[in-house]
Amino acid sequence: MIRAHVLICGGTGCTSSGSLDIQKAFAQNIENCGLSDEVKIVQTGCFGLCALGPVVIVYPDGTFYSRVTPDDVKEIVEEHLLKGRIVDRLVYTDVSEDTVIAEGATIALNDTTFYKSQNRVVLRNCGVIDPESIDEYIAMDGYAALGKVLTEMTPEDVIKVVTDSGLRGRGGGGFSTGRKWALTAPNKADQKYVVCNADEGDPGAFMDRSVLEGDPHCLIEAMAIAGYAIGATKGYVYVRAEYPIAVRRLQKAIDDAREYGLLGKDIFGSGFDFDLFIRLGAGAFVCGEETALMTSIEGNRGEPRPRPPYPAVKGLYGKPTVENNVETFANIPQIILRGADWFASMGTATSKGTKVFALGGNIENTGLVEIPMGTTLRHIIEDIGGGIPNGKKFKAAQTGGPSGGCIPASLIDTEVDYDNLVAIGCMMGSGGLIVMDEDSCMVDMAKFFLEFTVDESCGKCTPCRIGTKRLLELLDDITKGKGTLEDIDRLEELCHYIKQNSLCGLGQTAPNPVLATLNFFRDEYVAHVVDKKCPAGVCKDLLTFTVDKEKCIGCGMCARNCPVNAIVKTDYIAPGHKLPSYEIDAEKCVKCGVCMGNCKFKAIEKI
Amino acid sequence: MKSLAELQAIKEKMKDKVVLREGSNEIRVVVGMATCGIAAGARPVLNAFVEGVNNNGLSEKVSVSQTGCIGICQYEPIVEIFEAGKEKVTYVKVDAEKADRIVKEHLKGGKVVAEYTLASVNA
Repeated sequence: MIRAHVLICGGTGCTSSGSLDIQKAFAQNIENCGLSDEVKIVQTGCFGLCALGPVVIVYPDGTFYSRVTPDDVKEIVEEHLLKGRIVDRLVYTDVSEDTVIAEGATIALNDTTFYKSQNRVVLRNCGVIDPESIDEYIAMDGYAALGKVLTEMTPEDVIKVVTDSGLRGRGGGGFSTGRKWALTAPNKADQKYVVCNADEGDPGAFMDRSVLEGDPHCLIEAMAIAGYAIGATKGYVYVRAEYPIAVRRLQKAIDDAREYGLLGKDIFGSGFDFDLFIRLGAGAFVCGEETALMTSIEGNRGEPRPRPPYPAVKGLYGKPTVENNVETFANIPQIILRGADWFASMGTATSKGTKVFALGGNIENTGLVEIPMGTTLRHIIEDIGGGIPNGKKFKAAQTGGPSGGCIPASLIDTEVDYDNLVAIGCMMGSGGLIVMDEDSCMVDMAKFFLEFTVDESCGKCTPCRIGTKRLLELLDDITKGKGTLEDIDRLEELCHYIKQNSLCGLGQTAPNPVLATLNFFRDEYVAHVVDKKCPAGVCKDLLTFTVDKEKCIGCGMCARNCPVNAIVKTDYIAPGHKLPSYEIDAEKCVKCGVCMGNCKFKAIEKI
Repeated sequence: MKSLAELQAIKEKMKDKVVLREGSNEIRVVVGMATCGIAAGARPVLNAFVEGVNNNGLSEKVSVSQTGCIGICQYEPIVEIFEAGKEKVTYVKVDAEKADRIVKEHLKGGKVVAEYTLASVNA
């Protein structure tokens, strides 16, 4: 009889930090202790707290072990599983002061500050079930929504529930999902398609991957429901080949669903047929754009095409097609089971439900969080995210990756939803949230994203192909101190031109990081071109390293470590010191910063 | 899959296997499993509770877990039962048969088996 489950995260993050070795060690140690019949090991999807991986949870206690190493496993098995003594040194204990732990219980996952204010709808099964077991998915009400739809509801009913729920596309655009389905359903054709956009391309965003890895059946179920609603019998999941674990688990899930007859002919005896296929993408950012994605599925070079005609009329292979993103689909089964009102009760007036954010950058708890729409940025960063490391100050958060904008510290109390972000010149995007501290240069950040879009522009239309390249050159000049005030105006003008004239979303949104930083941090741009200084001390060409001769004790550590021999001894001995101080030859200095890291007396300054 | 009944059957069969992970149980049974407890026979007691809870269809309500030394080693195996809003009940010198009765009368029936508790042994 199984009395305990050991859940080990098998998401990409924890796998990279060694969770497979930990799983092997658990199997070995559990066998050595003769507990194989009592303890079950389950490999799950992502728990979300990737910064603390590899993560292991032991049930029924719900004990949450973080940063486990293979050497810790023996202790966990012998102490916790055999003798019931929790290994306190490995337990994650970040709980807020008002948390009450029941008598005799341990601190469980849901008690921690990171999880407490989360509301997991999309990620509800991630880190709870074994993604490779269709039976475990079914135990968690899996495929019940599909069953309900096929036996009790008409396609019109389904579309009405999804529309009433207020669900909007989670891939970036924020278009009403119900409306998209309603626009596709009436179009007559011999074949219609449901397409899932799993081409997650924003740097730092990984919520779609986590759903595919942690709960692949949820996507299959949702796509079948969409197929029933719009009258499609075939679906494609377009997922990037860089997600090997996701692809493997999704393929296994599709195979298992076919075997159970949950994909294929006459599902639930309703006469409805639906089947699903994976198409691998080669990682081009533009293929996340819906028309380019469909072009790529058709076997052509991934380039967008003008709309209209919209995919609802003429999509994949020229047939009516609904395309939604993974996270959007992942909401559907719960909306069907729990009703439109339940979903609409979460969130704000115009943005319903929850949103998954991938927290990254200068933040303690790097990872995935799912929170109701309308949660303030302050709550996300300071409470759930655990704040900024090393006592630094929060400067800005970049949302929506290379297509989005930044939210400055002055707007940290913004309630995050689609419309509030648009109102301040940002966008939700797919949910990447990169936090920047006071040491980040906003011009350099804009340049980073422009480098990305220049690389990823498909080249089909001129505004995007040439325009983004020129933007990048202007930014490059500014960060090197070669810019002028007129350049800033030209930069702005070019941004508006590219936005208005590009063919697809990639070009139309590419200037956003520049426009947003110009809007909130224009003074930083001005400092770069007028004072030739980078206020954050990031842009190397604008920095000078100097030795504070009064602080320098003449130990020579800096000179010994300088890779270009740019540091030499002077004749000056500061009062109170015995040896002559050093100085840096600005001509030779390559601004690598090695001297600064080596000086124990903080005598080297960056100005 | 040709009917909802088939899906329901799989769900029923699997429910007991995943319910352990929900962690929202009303009643927690904790068995003392330090060296003293194991030496006194806590392992069969633990197994008896796990099986008893499952066989009586209580797995959604009751969780069974272990703890270390409770501190009164002469009374091992010791089993503590925690229920929200009620006082903790401590059973002492439990064996598999007593465990079975505790499951049926206390966990299922809601009536404390007074004669096995620490209070009555002490009295």
